[in-house]
Amino acid sequence: MDLTYTEEEEDFRARLRAWLARTLPELPPRPDPLDWPGRRAYDMGWQRRLYDAGYAGLHWPADAGGQGATPTQHLIFLEETEKAGAPYVGANFVGLLHAGPTIASEGTPEQRARWLPPVLRGDEVWCQGFSEPDAGSDLASLRTRAWRDGDHYVVSGSKIWTSHAEVADWCELLVRTTPVSEAVPKHRGISWLAMPMDAPGITVRPLRTLAGSTEFAEMFLDEVRVPVANRVGAENDGWRVTMVTLSYERGTAFVGEVVACRRVLGELAREARKNGRWDDAVLRRRLGRLSAEFGALWRLTQWNVSESQRSGGVPGVGGSVFKLRYSHARQELYEAAGEVLGAGSLDLDHEWTLDRLSSLSYTIAAGTSQIQQNIVAERILGLPKGR
Amino acid sequence: MDFQLTEDQRALRGGVRDLLEGRFDVRAALDEGSSLDRGLWKELGDAGFFSLMVPEADGGVGLGLPEAVLVFEEAGRALLTGPLVGTFLAAGSLQGAASGEVVVTCSLGSLVPWLDEADVVLGGGVEGAVPFRSLDPLTPLHRLPGSGGFAHPSRPAGRLPKARAGVGAAAEAVDGDLADLLVAAEQLGSGGKTLEMAVRYARERTQFGRAIGGFQAVKHLCAQMLVRVEVARGAVYAAAVTGDVLEIAGAKLLADEAAVHNARDCLQVHGGMGFTWEADVHLHLKRAWVRAGLGRSAAQAEEELAAAL
Ligand SMILES: Cc1cc2nc3c(=O)[nH]c(=O)nc-3n(C[C@H](O)[C@H](O)[C@H](O)COP(=O)(O)OP(=O)(O)OC[C@H]3O[C@@H](n4cnc5c(N)ncnc54)[C@H](O)[C@@H]3O)c2cc1C
Repeated sequence: MDLTYTEEEEDFRARLRAWLARTLPELPPRPDPLDWPGRRAYDMGWQRRLYDAGYAGLHWPADAGGQGATPTQHLIFLEETEKAGAPYVGANFVGLLHAGPTIASEGTPEQRARWLPPVLRGDEVWCQGFSEPDAGSDLASLRTRAWRDGDHYVVSGSKIWTSHAEVADWCELLVRTTPVSEAVPKHRGISWLAMPMDAPGITVRPLRTLAGSTEFAEMFLDEVRVPVANRVGAENDGWRVTMVTLSYERGTAFVGEVVACRRVLGELAREARKNGRWDDAVLRRRLGRLSAEFGALWRLTQWNVSESQRSGGVPGVGGSVFKLRYSHARQELYEAAGEVLGAGSLDLDHEWTLDRLSSLSYTIAAGTSQIQQNIVAERILGLPKGR
Repeated sequence: MDFQLTEDQRALRGGVRDLLEGRFDVRAALDEGSSLDRGLWKELGDAGFFSLMVPEADGGVGLGLPEAVLVFEEAGRALLTGPLVGTFLAAGSLQGAASGEVVVTCSLGSLVPWLDEADVVLGGGVEGAVPFRSLDPLTPLHRLPGSGGFAHPSRPAGRLPKARAGVGAAAEAVDGDLADLLVAAEQLGSGGKTLEMAVRYARERTQFGRAIGGFQAVKHLCAQMLVRVEVARGAVYAAAVTGDVLEIAGAKLLADEAAVHNARDCLQVHGGMGFTWEADVHLHLKRAWVRAGLGRSAAQAEEELAAAL
């Protein structure tokens, strides 16, 4: 067990810090949180700066256009950018954190050359078309159909909760290429496609979230033609590819946020000391417990990172353990923020109020807590599969 | 940074587990009641259990806090009895402690475990300690005067027995942080063990024609147990590596929670069986409650962490 960083790693940290200190003051003002085109431009402008400075796709393999950095360096990157208050990956979330890594791991050389560089340069935004109105937790029961017409798939169906669909260029799309039958159970017969969002037949209808934002959308697909060459992995082998995607989504996607939560916790304590709420021992102890919680979650992150560093592979199911605890801790944090702010917590213009609202999605998005518990129980603890 | 266990650390953990499995039987200890198995104590001493952190130049094993934590985690798994923490803390300074010939206890917060069986009390300061009937059948306890609680209704306060005369006292102050971390490590081991017990039972026990582990309500109890243990493990191991006082406070807090709640959930998974004396579950729960009462309480840890925000 060793928590010290090597000299090389500390050099990397120092260079990154210096770069952040130079670069962050040059950024344009942050857009309104409800202005998605504005957010896309802002997020991708940040990605472009990372790219120019050699920090894009740090954890991606070098032959996928990444920097081939170690998981530990990636961890340092997330820690430092978050500490410095740098922009969040935002609209580039899907491309950078799961579609990209999936293509890097499962795509052909041509596919990697076509799709990966624009993600890293901040030119193209991806969205995730997995969920459907009748296939959420039971993702494998999805019904969006794709049939072959020469060298194209023709896709019809609908998707829902597609984050950033309004501003995306590409969609990682799950479709059914073979109907379910006695011979073909629902997990087979699914394929993973890269669908261009400007193809004819796609209608995107934004949905309003409880925070008032249009961060996700419904998508209606009416005979959309997608080249067969856009299929990643073999036909009908999409479920396996999806598992790769989901392990990235759960494995590394939340790491930097723990650092952000620790920063917010410090701000809560300062605010409580200023406004007198600190005298409330119950609240004080609640914040103390959250401090232990986020401290431990950070250590768990380091544990998971050093495990994946040793195994050299896709992040393991440890990501589910982390996500389960983290999503609840984050909600607890913003509940405590409500306590600290008192009446101020009802002010929609307060940053913490919006964050409190959006924290409610953490136990649902990327697999609900109930589903994560099933995964932990069945895949880690080896309990019998339920129906 | 490589937060995983080294080969040596894995080997150490395996060795201690084997030693305890071969030599310590919690049911036999239960039959012996509150007397300590001095033969076992000596064997632990010979195996280097107590002298683990004593420098090699002084005849110890010369390992560090992370190794100590792994060893105490195993002790917690096995429900090993005796004043492990006191003897461990005394090993570097008190003749005979390292070898297990001298049994040393110390007060941890307002409680003193195994006072009547100890030869020496580290740090002294237990005059007038009052024995009471311990909730944990495997940990006799004394309470320091002025630490709250009730006088036993059937015995007037004036006639409460005094601590055994003739117990020596060593002057060294007790390192409360180190003690808390070791206790936290035991809690971690116990929490991991009750998880294993629950999972094994959930796979074997059938109801409605299938293993109860196939029922989601049971599955989710087990999943939460794993999450608690893993979060506590991150905290305890990291505190052992950094030695940071706040991390130790956090580790004690989370490990107490993991041990107590996992034991309770384990009991639930066992159904009626879990409520019997015969199942080991209650022994883990009772010990977890005792350990939560040793050293930093949850309230103290939370206040300490809050003060540092
Ligand atoms: C903010 C946000 C962004 C999202 N972004 C995307 C995106 O970009 N792309 C995308 O494809 N999807 C996205 N999703 C969808 C998300 O993955 C699903 O909402 C999630 O998987 C749950 O599916 P569902 O909404 O259909 O709920 P349901 O599956 O209907 O679940 C409803 C309730 O039933 C419970 N439940 C269901 N099945 C079980 C079971 N077997 N055992 C126990 N309990 C069960 C669930 O835990 C939940 O509490 C997003 C969701 C949110 C909230």
